[in-house]
Amino acid sequence: MSVEQQQETPETCARQHWMGVLAKSSVAALQQRWQALSLEPEYQFIRKPETGLAMLRGRVGGSGQPFNMGEMTLTRCAVRLASGTLGVSYVSGRNSQHAVTAALADALLQERSTQSLLQRELIEPLQDELEAERQQRAAQANSTRVDFFTLVRGED
Amino acid sequence: MYVAVKGGEKAIDNAHALMRTQRRGDTAIAELSVDQIRQQLPLAVDRVMNEGSVYDPELAALALKQASGDAVEAIFLLRAYRTTLPRFGYSEPLDTEQMQIERRISGTFKDLPGGQILGSTYDYTHRLLDFSLLAAGEAEVAPEEANALSEALAAGNSCPRVLELLNREGLIEQSRESGQDDQVPRDLTREPVNYPAERAVRLQNLIRGDEGFLLSLSYASMRGYGDSHPFSGEMRTGRVSVELVPEELGFPIEVGEVLLTESEMVNQFHGSKDLPPQFTRGYGIAFGRAERKAMSVALVERALRAEELGEEVLYPTQDQEFVLSHTDCVSANGFVSHLKLPHYVDFQSELEMIRRLRKEQGARTESTTQKEADA
Repeated sequence: MSVEQQQETPETCARQHWMGVLAKSSVAALQQRWQALSLEPEYQFIRKPETGLAMLRGRVGGSGQPFNMGEMTLTRCAVRLASGTLGVSYVSGRNSQHAVTAALADALLQERSTQSLLQRELIEPLQDELEAERQQRAAQANSTRVDFFTLVRGED
Repeated sequence: MYVAVKGGEKAIDNAHALMRTQRRGDTAIAELSVDQIRQQLPLAVDRVMNEGSVYDPELAALALKQASGDAVEAIFLLRAYRTTLPRFGYSEPLDTEQMQIERRISGTFKDLPGGQILGSTYDYTHRLLDFSLLAAGEAEVAPEEANALSEALAAGNSCPRVLELLNREGLIEQSRESGQDDQVPRDLTREPVNYPAERAVRLQNLIRGDEGFLLSLSYASMRGYGDSHPFSGEMRTGRVSVELVPEELGFPIEVGEVLLTESEMVNQFHGSKDLPPQFTRGYGIAFGRAERKAMSVALVERALRAEELGEEVLYPTQDQEFVLSHTDCVSANGFVSHLKLPHYVDFQSELEMIRRLRKEQGARTESTTQKEADA
């Protein structure tokens, strides 16, 4: 994956955003909303869901030279709609269903006819759920915020 | 030398069946599920992920269940499984400055920009057994202070590193030379360690190293066997987003989040002929909530920098070959455990030799006594 990065266009940015939301959402939340949409697009697999590993890299001291930290499991999938549009997914973990749904959603989100429906009914609510979870974690962490006082010893 | 032994298949099958029965325990007691292990023994799961070197809490929990809770056996299972999976590539370097902080403490500055956050911790507990856990009690719900949310936390702003405060004064070494490009780090899952190993390889080795071994080495170096008694500049735990660039897309995408613990140690450094006196850093990072591990990595990581900083290498913790070739619990366990394998022929030959030596010694003593008697 050491390819030259493409220029970031608005289309790419939008796609990065929804791919991130699809990957970070829980399988249960994704499947529930996906099934509620009852979309049954015609598609074929370009790459059947496949589980593998990605080596995570960190930086020495957080901002120095990269190093290899350890691997994580990852599942990827690619589909082609009848229209020829390609949908791709890379999601952490080993859930094939997650990867298939994310790839299909990625394809349909590129189609003008289904884009706004999926943004409204799938990506936005999932994004809201992720944000709510984030806020809850932040609130819990914040309840443990502390002020340490240094005690002055009676030396005078 | 090992000699193939035949037979015993039936006994081995039965031994494995017995192991499965013992693992299940009393069937009158409900069976433990992998989800329960993942949810209720998360620190054990984190240790298996770290030393197994694969971030996948479900697999680590499964390995713990299968290994009857033996961490080293579970780590071995996870390492074995990872060899069956293809490698899709490398992530972009994780940006831990963008971590969603759930815990962040510093032993050097009490007033940090962004504040100190204790998060969930066993620190400050009295280490008294809590007998209420023996009786099935209600789970305690963590308090929420939704109204008092810090703006930084709520807005998800990045949380700058504590050590950058010292950086402004130039009192601490930079984590990289200015203007230096990223170098591709060597990957020790692809090529073996060569000595002297570069910092990136040392770090990779330590992160998958045995927690107990690293903890003891750190302890030794702090007690005087290695001049390392640092300050904990900052320790933080939280979620970090993982990005990678799939070849077919050519742009980075988020694939998920990982929970990480990061530790930065600040060590004194008296300076050398090239460098002024300043603080130096030791860096540690680990999967999950693993502070003991992250701190131990940071301490040993700094000790192993002795040579590059021009310090005298006097103690085992500063010796790369000693440390790096003995961190791996799978290797260590394998080598120690192999003593259980049949060594029948080896032992027979040593037995023969001892008998022969004793016989020869006996003969020599006899002839000397004879000579003395003759004299």
